[in-house]
Amino acid sequence: MSTDETISRRALFMKIGISFNGLVAAALAVPIVRFLLSSITRGRADGYLSWISLGSVSQFPEGETRLATFRNPYVTPTDGKTADTACWVRHVEGEQFQVFAINCAHLGCPVRWFPQSGLFMCPCHGGAYYQDGSRASGPPERGLFEYPYKVENGLITIQAGELPTPGSPTASLFGKKPPCA
Amino acid sequence: MRIIAQIGEWLDRRMQLAAPIREIAEHPVPKSTASWWYVFGSAALVVFLLQLVTGIMLAFVYVPSASEAWNSLQYLNHDIALGWFIRALHGWGSNFMVAIVLIHMVQVFLFAAYKFPRELTWVVGVFLLLMTLGMAFTGQVLRFDQDAYWGLGIGASIASRVPFLGSAIVKLMLGGPIIAGATLSRFFALHVFVVPGMLIAFVAVHLLLVLKLGINEWPMPGRLVKKATYENEYHELTRKDGAPFVPYAVWKDLFFAAFILLAVAACAIFFGPFGPTGQPDPTIIQTAPKPDYFFLWLYAVLSFLPPSMETPALLIGPVIVIGALLLLPFLSGEGEKSWRRRPIAVLTILLVAVTLATFTHLAGYTPWSPHMNAWSSDPIPARFLEHRTALERQGALIFQAKQCHNCHALGRDGGERGPALDSVAVQLTQDQLIRQVIQGGGNMPAYGKNLSPAQTTALVAFLHTLHPAGQAPARDASRAMALGKSGQN
Repeated sequence: MSTDETISRRALFMKIGISFNGLVAAALAVPIVRFLLSSITRGRADGYLSWISLGSVSQFPEGETRLATFRNPYVTPTDGKTADTACWVRHVEGEQFQVFAINCAHLGCPVRWFPQSGLFMCPCHGGAYYQDGSRASGPPERGLFEYPYKVENGLITIQAGELPTPGSPTASLFGKKPPCA
Repeated sequence: MRIIAQIGEWLDRRMQLAAPIREIAEHPVPKSTASWWYVFGSAALVVFLLQLVTGIMLAFVYVPSASEAWNSLQYLNHDIALGWFIRALHGWGSNFMVAIVLIHMVQVFLFAAYKFPRELTWVVGVFLLLMTLGMAFTGQVLRFDQDAYWGLGIGASIASRVPFLGSAIVKLMLGGPIIAGATLSRFFALHVFVVPGMLIAFVAVHLLLVLKLGINEWPMPGRLVKKATYENEYHELTRKDGAPFVPYAVWKDLFFAAFILLAVAACAIFFGPFGPTGQPDPTIIQTAPKPDYFFLWLYAVLSFLPPSMETPALLIGPVIVIGALLLLPFLSGEGEKSWRRRPIAVLTILLVAVTLATFTHLAGYTPWSPHMNAWSSDPIPARFLEHRTALERQGALIFQAKQCHNCHALGRDGGERGPALDSVAVQLTQDQLIRQVIQGGGNMPAYGKNLSPAQTTALVAFLHTLHPAGQAPARDASRAMALGKSGQN
C-alpha cells in the first residue's frame, strides 16, 4: 500500500525507467539535431567562399558584358550539373570589372543581358536592371547581387559559392546598391 | 467459397476486427447526408491512395540524385513500358487531389460543418490542406527540371527574407550553400517519407473524428447550433431520420470515387505526364520558370506587390490566412449553419475564388514580363511606317533595335509590360516623350545613357506620328505662343 509519502517498488521502477529513457533520448538528440542542422553549422569552414577563376581577362572585352560560368567550390558527389553556376561579367575599363550574380534580386530567377537596350531583364516577374546592375524597374527592391572580384596575373577571380538571396549574408556584405531614384 | 469463409473465421477469431468494422460501416447517419454534396472527402482519400500506389511505383525507378534524376524521368517516360502513364497518373492525381481537397473544404465551409462539436475535424483538415500543398510543391521539386531548379531559388529567396533566421532557413532548406544534390535528397525525403507519413496520421485522426462525431447533417435554415443541445439533437436526428452508412449513403461515394479515378486516368492518357522540361543546368539561362498550376496565383501576386510591401506580405500573409482558418471554428462555433442565411460566408468564397482565378489567369500570359524576343520577332505593322519621313522611319528602327517593342505593343504585337503605343502622341507632347524616354519613370527604365541625342530625336519623331487618323497629336500650347509657328514641328 502506498501513501502520499511512500512509493511502491513498481512505481519507482517505472519512474526510473521513464527517466532512463529520457536521458538516453536527450543523449541521442544531440547528434541527431547536430546532423539535422549540419548544413547551417558547417558554416564557411569548407571554404565555399574561396576565390574561383572565371578565366583570362582577355575573354571579356572592355565595355561589354558577357556570360561566364564557374564550378562551385563546394561540391558533393551527386551535384551533377547543378554545381555549375553562371554569372554576368561586365568589363568597365582597365582592371575595373563588375561581376553580377545570375539571380534576380527579387526572387532569384536567371536575368538575361540585352546589350541593345543596355538592360538586364528577368523573365519571371519583369524586374529590370541597368548595365551597372542598379535597379531600373519592376519588383526588385535593390540592384543585382555582385560578387567580389580581383584581377591577378591576367585572370579574373571571384568569391562566390553561395546562392545569393535577398536575406543572405552575401547580399549584405557585397554590392548592396541603393534602388535607383 | 466455404474455404474463404473458414479462413475469414479463423482470422477473425484471432484479430477480432469484423465486429468493430461492421459497427463502423453500419453506423447510422442522417438520411440527408446521403447526398452528392458529401462525396468529396472520400474522393480525396481515394486519390490519395492512388498517389501512394503510383508514387511507390515511380520510386522503383526514380533516382533522387541531382545528376541522375532528370535522366531517370526521361527513362521512365520513354524506355519503360507504361512508365509515362504511371508518371501521368501521379501528376494528374496530384492536381486532382489539390482540387478535390479545396472543393471539400469549400463544401464544409458552406455547410458550416466546422461548428461545434467538429472544430478539431476542421483544424486537422486545415493541416491536411497544407500537407497536400506541401506534397504538390515537393513533388514539383522531384521533377528536377529547370522549373524545379529555379522554383527552389524562388522558395529560397522568399525564405531568406525571414528576419535574423533567413540565411539559416535557406541553408536548412537547400542542405548547403547552393541548390544541388543535397537539396534534391532532402526534398525526396520530405515528399516520400515525412509529409506522407504525417498525411496518413492526420487522415486517420480526421476519419476517427468523423466517425466519433457523426457526419454533419444537412443544414436547415433556422436550425441553430447550440453547444448545450446540439449533441442530443444530432443523436435524435440519426435515431429518427437516420440510416446505416453502408449501404444507404456509401454507394454515392463509391460512384464518385470511381468517376474521379476514371477522370484522372483519362487526363493521364490524353494529356500525358508533366515534363520534365529542360535539364536542371543553372548555366542554361534561356528559361522562363513557372510553377505548377496551383501555385500560379502566387507567381502572379509576386509580380504585382509593390517592392516595399513584398517582404511583409510574404511573411505575414500566410500567418494571417492560416491563423484565420485555424481560428474560424472557435470564433464561429455556434449558430446558423445554412449557407442561405450566411451571405458573408458565400461572398467570402466567391471573392476568394474570383481572386485566385484572376491571378491564375494572369499568370497564364504574364503581362508583367517583357516579351524577350518581340524586338526580333514582331515587325512594326506597315501602316505605322507609310508616308513617314526618313527621320521618323529611322526612329522606327531605333524603336525596334533598342527593344522598346519588348514592353510596348504596336498594333497588338509586342510586350504588355508598358502601355500600348498606338496613340501615344495623343497622350504625350513631344517634350514629354523626350523626358519619358531619357529619364524613364512609372516603371520604365531611363534610356538617357543608352541613346545618343540623334537617336532620341529620331525615336521621338517616330513616336510623335503614333496617333489615330482623325486626331491631332498633343502639343504644348504655351510653346506655340512663345515661339510662334516654328514652335511646332
